[in-house]
Amino acid sequence: MLSLTLKINGATHHLAAESDTPLLQVLRNQLGLTGGKLGCGLEQCGACAVLVDGESRLSCVAAASEFQNKDIVTIEGLAGEGGLSSVQRAFVAETAAQCGYCTPGMIIAVTGLFRKIPQPNDAQVQDALADHLCRCGSHARILAAIDRLRREV
Amino acid sequence: MAENLSLTKNPDLDAWISITTDGRVLVRMGKVDIGQKISSAVARLAAEELDIDLSRIVMFRPDTIDGPDEGMTSGSNSMEESGNAVRLAGATAKAHLLALAAVALDVEPSGLEVSDGVVTARSTNQVTSYWELQGDKPFGVPIDINAPVKPAALTTLIGRASPPLDLADIVTGRHVFVHDMNMAGMLHARPVRPPHVHARLASLDTKVLEQLSNRGFTVVRDGSFLAVTGSDEHAVIKAALTLADAASWTSTRELDTTNITEQLTGNERLSMRVVDGVPVDGPIPLMPARPAGLKASLAARYERPYIMHGSIGPSAALARFGSDGLEIWTHSQGIYLLRASLAELFSMPIEQLRLHHRPGSGCYGHNGADDAAVDAALVARAMPGTPILLKWTRADEHAWEPYSPAMVMELSGGITADGTITAWSHETFSDTHVLRPRPGVAGLGPSRLLPAQFLENTPTIVPPPPNLTHHGGIHRNLEPLYRIKEPRLIKHLVRGLPHRTSALRTLGAFANIFALESFIDELAAAAGEDPVDLRLRHLDDPRARACIEAVATRIGPLDQAPEGHGRGLAFGQYKNAKAYVAVAVELAVDDTAKIHLKRVVIAGDAGQVVDPTGVIAQLEGGFIQAASWTLYEAVTYQADGITSRDWQSYPIIGFDNIPDIETVLLDQPDAAFLGAGEAVCGPTGAAIANAVHRSTGVRPRQLPLTPDALRAAALSN
Ligand code: FES
Ligand code: FES
Repeated sequence: MLSLTLKINGATHHLAAESDTPLLQVLRNQLGLTGGKLGCGLEQCGACAVLVDGESRLSCVAAASEFQNKDIVTIEGLAGEGGLSSVQRAFVAETAAQCGYCTPGMIIAVTGLFRKIPQPNDAQVQDALADHLCRCGSHARILAAIDRLRREV
Repeated sequence: MAENLSLTKNPDLDAWISITTDGRVLVRMGKVDIGQKISSAVARLAAEELDIDLSRIVMFRPDTIDGPDEGMTSGSNSMEESGNAVRLAGATAKAHLLALAAVALDVEPSGLEVSDGVVTARSTNQVTSYWELQGDKPFGVPIDINAPVKPAALTTLIGRASPPLDLADIVTGRHVFVHDMNMAGMLHARPVRPPHVHARLASLDTKVLEQLSNRGFTVVRDGSFLAVTGSDEHAVIKAALTLADAASWTSTRELDTTNITEQLTGNERLSMRVVDGVPVDGPIPLMPARPAGLKASLAARYERPYIMHGSIGPSAALARFGSDGLEIWTHSQGIYLLRASLAELFSMPIEQLRLHHRPGSGCYGHNGADDAAVDAALVARAMPGTPILLKWTRADEHAWEPYSPAMVMELSGGITADGTITAWSHETFSDTHVLRPRPGVAGLGPSRLLPAQFLENTPTIVPPPPNLTHHGGIHRNLEPLYRIKEPRLIKHLVRGLPHRTSALRTLGAFANIFALESFIDELAAAAGEDPVDLRLRHLDDPRARACIEAVATRIGPLDQAPEGHGRGLAFGQYKNAKAYVAVAVELAVDDTAKIHLKRVVIAGDAGQVVDPTGVIAQLEGGFIQAASWTLYEAVTYQADGITSRDWQSYPIIGFDNIPDIETVLLDQPDAAFLGAGEAVCGPTGAAIANAVHRSTGVRPRQLPLTPDALRAAALSN
């Protein structure tokens, strides 16, 4: 067991985990942050994405210990005092979810994209979503949410 | 109106609606939300009929304790069954409440006005409310199936866009899936499966078992069923790998890897003629004679492989076995059927099983949900008192979910000199599409639950009987909607095929419509006819014609696509009875034979639209899923097991091939609701194939349309 210090959604947590326990497992099972999903555990689907220092990263394989001294934000940490984040609002406005299993990962990916590039072009959008799968076919609605965000900026 | 089974089984108003003293209206239904937003539409219908604000409605999650038993959530029946049932329940409740109010306020019911549940007597201005009159009290009346419902012109909620009920929770990560549940003392579990379906456990390395037990894991074994539990989920995932290594398996048979088309057309089979959408007994008729002087005459064979549901979240269930019985939280689409099958499997009185539906990842049919519930129950039964949250891994999901069967469609027909389609024959060869547990019928309950096949006492597996219902499984949309004289329609239920198969969105309709709508284009091309004209000339139903015309005008002339692009369209009315959908596609095929979808127009007529946002999401989502089946998907396997075990070995569509989609809803106010969840899929496959043909001259008849398949088609055409 390692003792770890993780900064998640603005709060500092001291906890213990095996050296190979993925960040996602710590978030879901030790901290009750179940918004990020276990979809494949193979870094192939995007359901487990979280923001690490503002960038979208997959959390189902990389060990929690690699994320010390970094600023981690999960889907639960996006909405602030003022309510939903602009990306969350855009997803609601465009009904960009069906079952919702892939949605937290999608929202994290889009949030990371707009933090880095306020006015991303189509290739940059493709790049940001390349790791993300959806079985319900919400893609077109998600792209509509991104268009809405591009118009708002 | 056809009989509404949901109402026949659950005629009492109290099964559906109750009112609380604090001003909420509780609505229960037996159909489950699987991402299709049925509960949003049903909530809206209840609020509309009761004249209350939508925010007062509380939709209960289905469970087997006090909700109405509505059987399966499938076949695009939910709006017609639950939707109509709740609508009539709302109308009955309102009439009942107004009668009570009339007595309380001492006026005629016609002298009352309702606004958000507050009832006012016009003459005296005295008020009462639903909550005062009926709060926490049973109605004690049956649903009036003739209760007048609101005409479309007076509705305020129906037909207007608004976000689904659960969206705010979904985007903030608060929406709780089965996978996210937690309970005091809960343990995590993973099953360990054999390498393939015919393998059985020969032995387990006892040293490894001891080590696992010393490290706090519990291994559950029954025959060849294996699972491991522990408190830390990641440790359990690793322990399952260790346990898998410790197991040795034997098998007397392997998976049959003979070419699947040969198996489908050569194996023993049960063949039936289909007349007016229904299989009938009697001899299989000979091929129709082809009259002399035909303008065109063709025969073609279409094929599609095994495909999977491929839920993004692997199947999971939470189970607890206590002195009062077995309680299960599951994302099964049929909690009542699952409960009865489990009662048979465990020889338990049915009252001792309580099942609750909880959200799962979108499944679109019979995926691993029921099997995972049985896995969890088997582990929970071995560890009484301990809640068990069991999840499949990605590899489990890919390798063990029931697939949608591989199919072969053989079509032939011709066009007469005056342009009439004639001598039509369509035969479909397939394994079953319906292997959901059917308790109560010998061999059709427990034996259909995957884990039961591995138990010491295995229930006998009985080959499924042919589905004889109207547009059932294999013969769904086998019957063309076009006016064709005496079509020869044959379904072949083929035995002895390599994989377990069951229901995936549209059942047989996707492949049947892919074949039939490809073939119509082939006939048109051979006869030098315009494919849109040919379709319209053979359709009497104006609603069908309107869909085709809507996409044809919007996509533009089929032969005038921009340089390097091709256009194609296709049509279908799901089961010839539900929503009508036409799809037009514009695409490009690049030098490496990759297909790039550019622009799509979908026109749908789902009768009266209750929730346009929901219907559009179903049509667009259904298009994207079916495009994925069409372009990318095929389950692969070898003699020693399934080789599609992750998203690399079973690729699905990604953001790099999502076209611009324009969706047109042809609303029919005051017409019956028509299920829209599946109608778009069949036309999608054929529209893509037809566009590929127009863009390249190659007619693709074998799915999926990968670059390899297109190159092969180019050689064989
Ligand atoms: S769960 Fe991490 S990428 Fe699939
Ligand atoms: S919304 Fe269901 S997987 Fe994306």
